[in-house]
Amino acid sequence: MKYLTEFRDPELARWLLDAIAATASRRWTLMEVCGGQTHAIIRHGLDQLLADQVEFIHGPGCPVCVTPLEMIDRALAIAARPDVIFCSFGDMLRVPGSATDLFTVKARGGDVRVVYSPLDAVHLAEAHPDRQVVFFAVGFETTAPANALAAVTARRRRLANFSMLVSHVLVPPAMSAVATAPGNRVEAFLAAGHVCTVMGTEQYEPLVAAHRLPIVVTGFEPLDLLDGVRHAIAQLEAGRAELANAYQRAVQPDGNPAARAILAEVFTVCDRAWRGIGTIPDSGWRLADAWRDLDAEIRFDVGGLTVAEPAACRSGAVLQGLLRPPDCAAFGTSCTPRRPLGATMVSAEGACAAYFQYRRLAPAGATHVPDSAGPAAAVEA
Amino acid sequence: MCLGIPGRITEIWDDRGTRMALVDFGGVTRTVCLAYLPDVTVGQYTIIHAGFALTRVDEEAARQTLAMFRDLGLLDAELGAAEVEASR
Repeated sequence: MKYLTEFRDPELARWLLDAIAATASRRWTLMEVCGGQTHAIIRHGLDQLLADQVEFIHGPGCPVCVTPLEMIDRALAIAARPDVIFCSFGDMLRVPGSATDLFTVKARGGDVRVVYSPLDAVHLAEAHPDRQVVFFAVGFETTAPANALAAVTARRRRLANFSMLVSHVLVPPAMSAVATAPGNRVEAFLAAGHVCTVMGTEQYEPLVAAHRLPIVVTGFEPLDLLDGVRHAIAQLEAGRAELANAYQRAVQPDGNPAARAILAEVFTVCDRAWRGIGTIPDSGWRLADAWRDLDAEIRFDVGGLTVAEPAACRSGAVLQGLLRPPDCAAFGTSCTPRRPLGATMVSAEGACAAYFQYRRLAPAGATHVPDSAGPAAAVEA
Repeated sequence: MCLGIPGRITEIWDDRGTRMALVDFGGVTRTVCLAYLPDVTVGQYTIIHAGFALTRVDEEAARQTLAMFRDLGLLDAELGAAEVEASR
């Protein structure tokens, strides 16, 4: 597949690895922000190939993982109503709420449906005018344009039975929270390339200036990730902190202006609770006031539902890069993708799931089992 | 959910005012929404998230990036040869 296989070329990867090794005078600590990048790093064994040059701390960029427990509980409350068709991206269904999950609600007779695009939920609302159709609008800046257009389309088609439970999160405030956290060890960020396809790169200039850390916009294929590392280490070795773009085939400086215009109309910035991390100011989007007639929290009166995070799952420490998944006592024993304790084991983008899937089961200090998954297992979504 | 995949546009049509396309992901095809890429045409590559094309793949930039990686290899080979030379 064009633009996948050629960015997985083993010979070019070897040259990039050599260039990194020739530049690095010591081991640097980098954070890849996006969960998709975490999976690619673990799956292709890049952390093992770069063991002498880079320690990867896995960032909080997994939308399923950071959706707070109380938002899952609100989803469960709405999905259990007999008058509702509840639509969600598939990876939210197994995320445990306080007492149950969406799969269980479905098994008990709730009308829970997996959709690929939020527009599918709008079509369901058109086809079922006698039912309330609710879409669970989670995700980062990458899924937000799709969700915003669902709202626009529902209004254009005058659908009174469509609403959205919105729990959007934003990447730059989370990076600031990481950089300013006590005990932060991150020396440079590999920024999430696909978030930048929407939002552009200018949001990161103030972060570079405020935290004096290199930020390299980075893609998702092995060569993209190695090039991101190469840029970051070149800056660190030279004592520089700049914004760089190592994903130029996909990211323009101003992002996608058409998407940004609709996002600015439909959503407004709000404080957002992140699962396992806590509330980060101005780190989320909710529906703007002019769109609140589509807000499922108001329509079904679940906004007051709040719950505390459970203690058993240490995903908060994983999401902040304080704990490696295999070093958690529950990892691979009481917590597996089939029976997850927390969201980092559920999601296709969660760090715990990545370590489990690619059989990195050994705790720190032990010998790792090499990754055997090859490029053949390519397309993941 | 937010994994983006590159795919090639094979067909474009209008669905009640919304621009839609058929996109080929190396043999698997999907219907995607082009609302955010008003200028793309059949044959171009885009990156898709949640059923929406969010960016066009800049083929020239991709070519330049790969050429730059190959240059690193040439440099690597030259430096390697120089090291062998120096060690003699």
